[in-house]
Amino acid sequence: MSEDTLLETRGLTKVFGSLRACDEVSLSLGTGEIVALLGENGAGKSTLVKQLFGALQPDEGEILWRGAPVVMAEPAVARHLGIGMVHQHFSLFEAFTAAENIALGLPDEPMKGLAERARETSRAYGLPLDPYALVADLSVGERQRIEIVRCLLQNPTLVIMDEPTSVLTPQEVDRLFVTLRKLKAEGRTVLYISHKLEEVRALCDRAIVMRAGRLVAEADPKTETAASLAAAMVGGEVPAVRHRAPPPAEAVPALDIAALNTPAEHQFGVSLADISLTVRAGEVVGIAGMAGNGQAELFDCLSGEIATVDGRLQIFGVSAERLGVDGRRALGAAFVPEERLGHGAVPGFDLAENVLLSRHRREDGTVTAGGLLRRGRARRIMRRVVERMDVRSSGDNPPARALSGGNLQKFVVGRELDRAPRLLVINQPTWGVDAGAAANIRQALIDLAATGAGVVAISQDLDELFEIADRIAVIAGGRLSPPEPAATMTREAIGILMGGVHEPADAAPGGETLAT
Amino acid sequence: MRLELERRPRIAWWAELGAPLIALAMTVVIGAILFAALGHPPLRALHAYFIEPLSEIWSLHELTIKAAPLIIIAVGLSVCFRSNNWNIGAEGQFVLGAIFASALPILWPSAAGAWVLPAMLLLGMLGGALWAAIPALLKNRFGTNEILVSLMLVYVAGLFLDWLVRGPFRNPEGYNFPESRNFGADAILPEIISTGIYGGRANYGIVVALIVAVIVWFMLARTLRGFEITITGASPRAARFAGFDSKRTTLFAFLFCGALAGLAGTVEVTGAIGQLRPSISPGYGFTAIIVAFLGRLNPLAIVVAGFVLALSYLGGEATQISLGLTDEITRVFQGVLLFAVLASDTLIRYRVRLTRPHYAAKETAR
Repeated sequence: MSEDTLLETRGLTKVFGSLRACDEVSLSLGTGEIVALLGENGAGKSTLVKQLFGALQPDEGEILWRGAPVVMAEPAVARHLGIGMVHQHFSLFEAFTAAENIALGLPDEPMKGLAERARETSRAYGLPLDPYALVADLSVGERQRIEIVRCLLQNPTLVIMDEPTSVLTPQEVDRLFVTLRKLKAEGRTVLYISHKLEEVRALCDRAIVMRAGRLVAEADPKTETAASLAAAMVGGEVPAVRHRAPPPAEAVPALDIAALNTPAEHQFGVSLADISLTVRAGEVVGIAGMAGNGQAELFDCLSGEIATVDGRLQIFGVSAERLGVDGRRALGAAFVPEERLGHGAVPGFDLAENVLLSRHRREDGTVTAGGLLRRGRARRIMRRVVERMDVRSSGDNPPARALSGGNLQKFVVGRELDRAPRLLVINQPTWGVDAGAAANIRQALIDLAATGAGVVAISQDLDELFEIADRIAVIAGGRLSPPEPAATMTREAIGILMGGVHEPADAAPGGETLAT
Repeated sequence: MRLELERRPRIAWWAELGAPLIALAMTVVIGAILFAALGHPPLRALHAYFIEPLSEIWSLHELTIKAAPLIIIAVGLSVCFRSNNWNIGAEGQFVLGAIFASALPILWPSAAGAWVLPAMLLLGMLGGALWAAIPALLKNRFGTNEILVSLMLVYVAGLFLDWLVRGPFRNPEGYNFPESRNFGADAILPEIISTGIYGGRANYGIVVALIVAVIVWFMLARTLRGFEITITGASPRAARFAGFDSKRTTLFAFLFCGALAGLAGTVEVTGAIGQLRPSISPGYGFTAIIVAFLGRLNPLAIVVAGFVLALSYLGGEATQISLGLTDEITRVFQGVLLFAVLASDTLIRYRVRLTRPHYAAKETAR
């Protein structure tokens, strides 16, 4: 802890509906220190930071800047105080040059001489940047430099960085760290949001851990291990582990993948490396991991939305590498993606049409041989799903958009369960779902496995995985650890695997695309 | 202070239905202002523009002649636009369809029999589809922008037609006029009522248009293919999850739309014109974009919208004759109508809010 306090919050609280996204957070940032803000997705990091930057107004509590209470009605106020923010997602216009983009972000600065000042600043902080280069021609790392230089040109005393390394190559990360240490040496404060624990250990003086909107721990990252930090992030409570007789090993595997490799689909994507996993009929395999470690890509590979080009993938002994989503569904597989609106369901379609989304094969009875839709049958399935999963909505057949997140998730899960699948792959089964509905969904997954189906549940919620999974594997950096029986798995062991004992897959060649 | 658009949670059915009507009303009001600014009494000018063309038998015949190609093209465009494929080049596909169809009677003038006209209609569809395949394949293979490619191909098609009628397709007995020979009787789309007091030039093109509209409405509303098209446009990610290949959908939409534009071109040259000329379309392919949006991409509503835009052509001609106004007034009306349609569509989907940044300190501690 530093002697001079730069910024302090007292009982900062932000409530969205029934969710306390930020719950009585009190912290202080000293002059000239690098502080890590750790937490899982949804822990409340962004909500907290948005309040520090004036993008959100706290419902309760106050913010003190150099000891005096301040109200930041909008980001411009924060900028005037000397708070700069580098966002995770860049807001740059590709058709403009670096200097023009910087000017757009700094409406108060005179345009004249800005390019030269940008060049000087970038040189001074070891972030080489050509102000006259078109953004479209720049790499991701170079684009981030524009954002950083834009921030530094305002001469901030507090720099907030939101997961700055998630899109950088290892070399670019090293260079960024040099810059951040220089900022610190100049007496500036850096608030560094990340969930890459090794980086935090290497860079930060202090770590603040958030969980479920609360500030739960404060630690010296130099003396902690990555595993102990991970444990603090996911929570230390011991869950009630439900022991169940594992299914016989000799049964035909519901899903069998071996040596599966996939290049990253876009520049922010994760490439999957050497994934192997066998899911027996009648068991639930949980896949844990921090967000953005390849869960979405793994789901797309299993569902067939990304073609399997390198590796083996069998569903009940049938080779499915070359099959698309529909072909895999024909083998008895069902899929529930993480994103409900716009992936698992179409917002503007009514529920009966959303039944057709994954149920338009002849066997579903919703389509005739001639390709005509049987909407009446789709409606019948819809009513069955709504009744079985207790989907609450206004009206008989409302558009998916009109349902709450939890009810839509119940509907999407129910739609797939209604097919009585032999294999279910589900990504974040209860993300954003209230506790009661979440319990129903978990129970439905366990019941499905009891009917002899294989279930793959990808989740960031460890409590959930301990509750439903027979075996748990961890995905980190696009690599999957061998699954271990949940009964013998500890949070500590999962934490170590999450923190990346596996080397992260090489992220250098950004923008790789699949061969077409 | 800035304007923000906020999505309305639900849209009332009457708003859905009323939006195009509001757009029409706005167009009439703006039109009245326009006529007044040009120094003509607005009511009389509006009467000349919108009412007079509907008051005589011959002009009603002309209305169907203009409406038929607009409806056929716009119905095809509805398939493209619904699947999020922005085909702006229907005009070019129209021209290529006309060229393909005309090749038969021009290169083989002695061809006769009942098969000639159906063969020409099929050739026309083939020509339009081939021309539309170019932007689709380039988009699928190289990720090119289909708006630019299809639009640029319009001008290629126009110049190709110009060269043909001045070169290989020129009428050898035509005193060097840049025109093809007149088509034979078997290559002409017959008139519906050619004699009597209700007789006129209207041909079976409008019947073709109505049949096409009903078939495409059925396809979009009741078939798996229609579902694929709609879902691809509504949510590409969900379409992929549903198992539809977006590239296949893109190719289908373009081929389908191109074939219909080619069919419209064929109807025009075999019906209203009866030969190939350097210019065979008063911008039907572009105007059909307005028709498609005025009809809210619904083939049955497009039939109505087609007649409205056909009227805008006739009204332009009528005011040219009776008020001495330039026929550019047609394009102005069409442009105003497009803006009005887009604006009213946006306003029923979104609520406009005026927000102002408030520097005033809010109470933070309670």
